[in-house]
Amino acid sequence: MAYFSELFTGTRSLFIGMGITLREFFNTKVTLQYPHEYVKMTPRFRGHIELVKDAETGLTKCIVCGMCQKACPSGCITVEGEKREGVKGKVLTVYTLDFTKCSLCGMCVESCKPGAIDFSKDFNLASTRRSDFVYDLIKRLEEKN
Amino acid sequence: MITAELIRLLAFLVGVIAFAALNAAYLVWAERKGAAFFQRRTGPKEVGPHGLLQPLADGVKLMTKQLLVPDGVDPVLFKIAPIMLLVPAIMSFVAIPFGETLAARHIDLGLLMIFAFASVNVLGLLIGGWGSANKYAVIASARVVSQNVAYEIPMLLTAIALVMATNTMNLNEIIIQQGGGIWNWNIIRLTWAASPLTPVAFLIFFTCMLAETNRAPFDMAEAESELVAGTFTEYPGMGFGVFFMGEYANIVIGACLVTILFLGGWQSPLPFLPNSVVWFLMKMYAIIFTVIWIRWTFPRTQFYALLNLSWKYLIPISLLNLIVTAGWLKVF
Repeated sequence: MAYFSELFTGTRSLFIGMGITLREFFNTKVTLQYPHEYVKMTPRFRGHIELVKDAETGLTKCIVCGMCQKACPSGCITVEGEKREGVKGKVLTVYTLDFTKCSLCGMCVESCKPGAIDFSKDFNLASTRRSDFVYDLIKRLEEKN
Repeated sequence: MITAELIRLLAFLVGVIAFAALNAAYLVWAERKGAAFFQRRTGPKEVGPHGLLQPLADGVKLMTKQLLVPDGVDPVLFKIAPIMLLVPAIMSFVAIPFGETLAARHIDLGLLMIFAFASVNVLGLLIGGWGSANKYAVIASARVVSQNVAYEIPMLLTAIALVMATNTMNLNEIIIQQGGGIWNWNIIRLTWAASPLTPVAFLIFFTCMLAETNRAPFDMAEAESELVAGTFTEYPGMGFGVFFMGEYANIVIGACLVTILFLGGWQSPLPFLPNSVVWFLMKMYAIIFTVIWIRWTFPRTQFYALLNLSWKYLIPISLLNLIVTAGWLKVF
């Protein structure tokens, strides 16, 4: 008896499977034509860090306290600033991120009191040169302006 | 007279080769599109509109590859193996009646001829694996042969039952006997001319056709993800391309046979519609679509399951079908 029941249940299940794939055949396609189309990244996506633009001045909010540099476990952030006449506090002159070493832990963003750095939404970062991953974040901010 | 015959021959030769080659090329495209659609993807899209130039691009890529003959292979066997797969498949097209008068040759033993050529393609796969001087290819070819032997038996048994019912091996004659509406087709024959088991026979024949042409879920002969194409592991560029064309030509032949034996060939489904070659092509491509559909629905079976299915289910049932058909024809 097992012989026949196996035959019938097996054949039946094959037809059920084919029904499922036929339904998918006429379903809408979900492919994103990647190099031509890009996916919109979710707000929580944590890419490499980026300087945040101050809405009032259009410049960086960074006060050159160096906390991010100290918080970074891999030592990939370099922050330098200088005193200028007539300006309160320090002015940011160098902010480089060596993304080859960054582990995207987010300690720098957490430690930043004025909220001057945030995660970017960039994900398409392939390159064959190591030097392409050393970012000058000040330049990136200026380019965004 | 002789020149007219020569022109006829030439026209048939060109027609058959063009049909086989175009089908082989565009079935690859259809396969990839089908695969994508069953998985909710879009498939080839970049080369030409809807990727229609993809077969051309694939062909150019295959042809520009070096025809490497590895050290230690048997050069003669290695070179003729792909041709032994392709040529019988193209030869089989000679016997196939696409329309009432549209056939290269109306051969009285057409069915026998197609089965005879179908067995040559097994030999092509065997010597391809043997000539490659590669242990894995030899094992794979042994597997192909045991698979083909296992599935040729039920296929021939069901074909014999049909030949008994129709009393001819002429493919055109078989189609003519199925004329006059869908209820006369062998798949759901409602007249007394064939046994009531023909739907079962159709399922057996279709399953065997899948296994004979090494299609999924019975494609462990060339399981490309595990075995790297099995018997044709060692074949580069166009050698591999010819193997593949042969495979696809075999699928077309198999679909043609199913259409002729069970679906009434060029006969229209309703008596008031005209018979035409369009019906034949529609049925044939519906079968090919089903073949692709099956390939992208079911996972590859294990080899034991494959042989079990044949020896434990298909052969006993097709033998039963043969006996029932014989009895039926005797009684009615």
